[in-house]
Amino acid sequence: MGVETSGTATLARPDTQDQPVVVVDNVSLAFDDKVVLKDVSFTLLPGHTKVILGASGSGKSTILKLILGLWKPDGGAITVNGHRVDRMNELELMQMRADVGMVFQEGALFDSLTVAENVGFKLYEETDMPGEQIEARVQEVLGFVGLAEFIGRMPSELSGGQRRRVAIARAIAAKPRILLYDEATTGLDPITAISVDEEMIKLRDLESVSSIIVTHQLRDAFFVATHEAGRRQDGYDIVPADAQKCDEAEFIMLKEGLISFEGNAAELRASTDPYLKSFLS
Amino acid sequence: MLQLLDAWLKGAVLEIQEYVRLQSAAIRGMFSRPFYFHDVVEQFDQIGIGSLTVVLLTGFFTGAVLALQTGITLDQFGARPFVGRLISASMVKELGPVLTGLMLAGRIGSGIAAELGSMVVTDQINALRALGTDPIRKLVVPRVLAGLFMAPVLTVISSTVGIIGGWLIAVFQLRVASSVYWTSVIDGLYLDDAWMGIIKPFCLGYVIVTIGCHVGLRTKGGTQGVGRATTNAVVASSVAVIAVDFFVTRLLITLLY
Repeated sequence: MGVETSGTATLARPDTQDQPVVVVDNVSLAFDDKVVLKDVSFTLLPGHTKVILGASGSGKSTILKLILGLWKPDGGAITVNGHRVDRMNELELMQMRADVGMVFQEGALFDSLTVAENVGFKLYEETDMPGEQIEARVQEVLGFVGLAEFIGRMPSELSGGQRRRVAIARAIAAKPRILLYDEATTGLDPITAISVDEEMIKLRDLESVSSIIVTHQLRDAFFVATHEAGRRQDGYDIVPADAQKCDEAEFIMLKEGLISFEGNAAELRASTDPYLKSFLS
Repeated sequence: MLQLLDAWLKGAVLEIQEYVRLQSAAIRGMFSRPFYFHDVVEQFDQIGIGSLTVVLLTGFFTGAVLALQTGITLDQFGARPFVGRLISASMVKELGPVLTGLMLAGRIGSGIAAELGSMVVTDQINALRALGTDPIRKLVVPRVLAGLFMAPVLTVISSTVGIIGGWLIAVFQLRVASSVYWTSVIDGLYLDDAWMGIIKPFCLGYVIVTIGCHVGLRTKGGTQGVGRATTNAVVASSVAVIAVDFFVTRLLITLLY
């Protein structure tokens, strides 16, 4: 992935590897009388994964929209790469988003554009990268998600799993260092879901992308948290991760707008909390 | 009852506030970078060339039926040769702008609301923002520019075709000499009328497109919501065409005559 993007103004990135790339600090949000999030706090370290679990309507997707600056919180602070997102104007948000990609529920592909135009959208529209370089980058990322032969198709001609993978390709085309996945495997059959999970693992381990995964698909969440990708001469391997790698994936359970659990996969499995147990069963 | 009224008033004020915000963002987007030139050209084609057939047919038949109807009335005063004067004044000053506006409200207002509405409910607008593209600059500005500049062009075409429609009826049905008709058409038109016929569609085009964009971008509730947004856009922009036409006419009469 050796192509550099150019032309997009970006905000400065933190220098050290130990500084969190995302900090959510006491964030609250309510719509009229309905409290969606209440004093939610967590951090995401570079190259790590944060899995946000919770029932439908628990505020999981809302957190991603707040991090991306699509919505503003009522209280608290959100920091991405050291910059306060909740205080940014629209222009600053556009610059901040140069380093953040998001995979939406159902993909949210532009239905009037081809797969190539979807994947290269950000590069075509928001950078002054030459056309040939964009085409090369589009081919590269589509190859990365195993869809190189679908480059000329329309989104309506793709299956659900293929659409999600194109959405991942679109999100990574401009080489962001943070990726937000909103229910990326919901509604997919187990085999297709595993292929999407593998893309997440590859991006994290081979491209050093930090990720926040919102899901209620426990099997996928545990798969991503407990596996790692390693390079081989002719590609890559997805293998069970060692204990240290497993610790880099943290789970958060949201319940009625509050964080009811935070810990790694082993701690989640060992929890005796009745709500967590019922969620895991 | 009071609670309902309170909620309705709050909703109405919010809609106005959001409509004004959209307009100010669109105007800012017209005069600052990034400017999506390719999308502007595409919208000029879709709104301008795409609406040509409906505007041509509407203009032609309106002029023709106006000649038929006024011919009968003018006959009572022995004023049949003046049919050209009546048609040119009516088409250029009023019927051309208003009927073109109504046709555009039906075709463009609904199309914009449906397109943007479906993009909202399928998260494509959020995806645009996530990719660092401002939806106002990318989607709204090109449509507003196309509405602003293509509505007057379409109105001039509609009025011209209407006068030609009237000429056909005047010559072949009312038996008015062609030269008499065209002399009457020119006699009936003043420079101020032409100004009115060009200034009004600027305002109408702007109103139709901004209402379509506003309603589309505020769509809620899945495919049903898209249907509702489309209906609302057509109704609101049609009513706005009639209302804005009245106020702009009133203003122009004060300024020009």
